[in-house]
Amino acid sequence: MSARADKSGRYWIALAGVLILFLAPLAISYWDQPFYLDVLMRLMILAIAAISLNLILGYGGMISLGHSVYIGIGAYAVGIPAYYDEYSGILQLLLALGGCGVFALITGAICLRTRGAYFIMITLAFAQMMYFTFVSIEEYGGDDGLVIYARSDFGGLLDLENNVVLYYVILGCLLLALLLVHRIVNSHFGMVIRGTKSNELRMQTVGFPTFRYQLSCYVISGMLCGLAGWLMGNFTGFISPEMMDWTRSGELIAMVILGGPGTLFGPAVGAAIFILMETVLSEITVYWHLYLGLLLILVAKFASKGFGALAGRIRGAR
Amino acid sequence: MSEPLLEVSGLSRSFGGIAATSDVSLKISRGEIHAVIGPNGAGKTTLVALLAGELAADSGTIRFREDDITLDATPARARRGLARTFQVTSIFSEFSALENVALAAQAHTGHSFRFWKPAAEDAALRQGALEALQKVGLGDASERNAGEMSHGEHRLLEMAMALATNPVMLLLDEPAAGLGPEETTAMVGLLQELKQDKGVLLVEHDMDVVFAIADRITVMVSGKTIATGSPTEIRNDDRVRKAYLGEEG
Repeated sequence: MSARADKSGRYWIALAGVLILFLAPLAISYWDQPFYLDVLMRLMILAIAAISLNLILGYGGMISLGHSVYIGIGAYAVGIPAYYDEYSGILQLLLALGGCGVFALITGAICLRTRGAYFIMITLAFAQMMYFTFVSIEEYGGDDGLVIYARSDFGGLLDLENNVVLYYVILGCLLLALLLVHRIVNSHFGMVIRGTKSNELRMQTVGFPTFRYQLSCYVISGMLCGLAGWLMGNFTGFISPEMMDWTRSGELIAMVILGGPGTLFGPAVGAAIFILMETVLSEITVYWHLYLGLLLILVAKFASKGFGALAGRIRGAR
Repeated sequence: MSEPLLEVSGLSRSFGGIAATSDVSLKISRGEIHAVIGPNGAGKTTLVALLAGELAADSGTIRFREDDITLDATPARARRGLARTFQVTSIFSEFSALENVALAAQAHTGHSFRFWKPAAEDAALRQGALEALQKVGLGDASERNAGEMSHGEHRLLEMAMALATNPVMLLLDEPAAGLGPEETTAMVGLLQELKQDKGVLLVEHDMDVVFAIADRITVMVSGKTIATGSPTEIRNDDRVRKAYLGEEG
C-alpha cells in the first residue's frame, strides 16, 4: 500500500516536472530571460548523461569513474566533422553513437574482467587515456579545444540553430532516455542486470552467462551517454578534452547519488539539484563545490536512496 | 535407473599444499539420493563447487548425462540441468520470492536479450515460478520480499529456485541446516518426492536426515572418500566408525 502510494507520488511529481519543462520556453520568452533556457538545456543534457550512468551504476552495480568520456566522444563527433566543414546531423549522430558503442565494447570487455575498486580504476584509466589523447592532438586544438561554428544540420527537418528547437530536441531525447531505461530495467534483460548486481555467483549457478549481459548493458549506457555528448557539442558550440576529464565523471556520479541510484527519475532530479546549486551558489561564492560536498555527505548518511525517493516518501507518508 | 546421471572419476583440487578434494570418484543415478557426509573440512562443499563449476578441478573428469562437462563453465552446466543450492543462503534479497524463482526459471528459457517487454508480465515464467514455490510450500509468500524472509523460508526458497530451472540433477549443500524439527520433516518429504525423477547429491550434517532418505552414502575424510555404500553398509563399516561416526558415538 505505502509502496504503491510512494510510487504514484513520484510519478505525479515527474509528470509535473515534464510539464514545466514543456512550458518553460514560453515563460522564458515572455519574461525575456534567455539565460535560463541555457541553464535548462545544460540541465537536461547532464540529466541524460546521469540517466545513462545510472543504468550501469544504479541498476547494474558497475561503478564507472570514466563515464564523461562518452560526453567527450559524442561532442567530438560534432566538432571534428565540423572542423572539416561536414555538418550532416545524421552523420554526426551516427559517429557519436557508433564511436561510443565501439569504445564501450572494447574497454568494457576489459573492465568487466575486474570487479569492485579495480573496475572503478580501469574505467578511470581508459577515460584518462582518451582525455590525454585529445589533449595531444594539436590539429583539433589540443587542450584549448575547438569552436564549432554551426550546429548539426538536418536540412529542412530541424533547425537546431534556433535555441527553442534545440531545447525541444533535448527534451525529446531526455524523455526517450527515460522511456528506454524504464523499459530496459523491467525487461528480461533488465532482470538479469539487476540480478547480477544483487548476487552474481547465484546468477551463474542458475545458468546466466553474466558477462555478455553486463557488457551489452555497458555498451547501451555508453551510447546513451554519447547522445548526451552529441547534444552537448551542439549546445555549447565548443569542445575541449576537459569535457571528459575524470572530475566530470565524478560530477555525474554525484548527480546519480544525489537523486538516487537505481531509480528511474533519480538521476534527472540529481542533475537538477546539481545545476541549481551551481547556478545559484556560484553567484555567491567560487567555492560552491564545498556546499555540494556537504550535501553529498548528508545524502549518503541520511537518504541513501537520494532525493528522488525522498520526494516520493513525503507524498506517500500523508 | 541404472544408467548413471553423474559420473565423477579421480576428481582432485588443492589449495596451496592442501588437498581439499583428492581423487574422488562417485556415480549418481536418476531416482537416487546420494548423501556425502564427513567431518568439517572434509571437502564436501569443495566437491559441490567443483561439480557446479565454480572451482576448476586440478585433475579428474566429470561426466553428466554421458557428456564430459569437466571444462564447462558454471552457467553452461546449469543449462544442462545441474542445479545447486548453497550452504549459506544465496538469493536475490532485493527481489520478491516470486521474482527470485522467476529469474532462475528465465535462465532456462533461451537468451535474455529481450529489452522491451516487462519480465513481470511473462505469464509462463510467473506460472512456473509459482508452481515451484507451491511445491516447496511457499505459495502464499510469493509477493514477499526475499530479504525479509526467515531462515527456514530461505532454505525453501533456494529449493524453489533450483526446481524452477527444471533440473535433472540437484546438488544440495546442507538444505536442512538450521531448520527446526518440523521444517526438517517437511524438507525430508520434499526431497523424497523430488528424487522420483531426478538425481540428488546431498551434503548433510544431520545424520537422522541422511540415514532416513539416502539411497547411497559416500563418506569423506580429509578430502578423500573412505567408503561408499548403502546406509546399512556405511553404518557397519569399521573404517567409517573409526574415522567419523565413532567420534560422535
